[in-house]
Amino acid sequence: MKYQVQENCLTIFLPNELDHHNAEEIRRESDHLIERNHIRYVIFDFRETNFMDSSGIGVMMGRYKKVYMLGGEVCAVHANERMKKMLMMSGITKIMQIYEGEK
Amino acid sequence: MENTNEMELIFDSRSSNESFARVAVAAFMTSLNPTLEEVSDVKTSVSEAVTNAVIHGYEGEVHNIHIRCRIEGGSLYIEIEDKGKGIEDVQAAMEPLFTTKPDMDRSGMGFSFMEAFMDELEVVSRPGEGTIVKMKKIIGKGRKLWTTQSL
Repeated sequence: MKYQVQENCLTIFLPNELDHHNAEEIRRESDHLIERNHIRYVIFDFRETNFMDSSGIGVMMGRYKKVYMLGGEVCAVHANERMKKMLMMSGITKIMQIYEGEK
Repeated sequence: MENTNEMELIFDSRSSNESFARVAVAAFMTSLNPTLEEVSDVKTSVSEAVTNAVIHGYEGEVHNIHIRCRIEGGSLYIEIEDKGKGIEDVQAAMEPLFTTKPDMDRSGMGFSFMEAFMDELEVVSRPGEGTIVKMKKIIGKGRKLWTTQSL
């Protein structure tokens, strides 16, 4: 998994398929980065992602809970139509913005 | 019958097999000539049910998961079975956002996604005996039939 830390902002470049198997890895690694770098903002970058299930939603909710208590936010970028549909259906868009490409 | 086909898969309940399971079912359904959207719907639903078996049914232990698929007419029938701990209250488990493992970052959206993406969903479970998730997806719904005129 690829990550990028810029000041207090962590970008997670999500894999092609985001399921329970990868979600565990992202959870472990990103929590470590969040704590070590005093991260407030987490960006989930979907540019490579074509598949997601509810485990992906769980990972985003979990990171949200983590940074929200510190006054932070999470958001999603580069999501394709399918991914956007699933984010909407899950209701996670209530706590998380979806942005188009610009970054 | 000409239009039927069946397959059965048995594999270990490891999280690394989740992608194998959904890709295998996606490959099996290609004879129905599904749209990309329909394939994604089925892959997501299979992934949800298999993940449930891995995390909740067997709670991380490695045992067998069975998938049975049948094509009949224009429909795909899938049954995903584990012989794990079963579900105490199926109705409650199917409520959106219900989860017994919030500490593991489970969203509680698994059954909601299966319900949304498939045409039929039935869950049969007995505590201590296991769970069977039965799903049906009609392929080619609302698609217009067209035939080429031979010259």
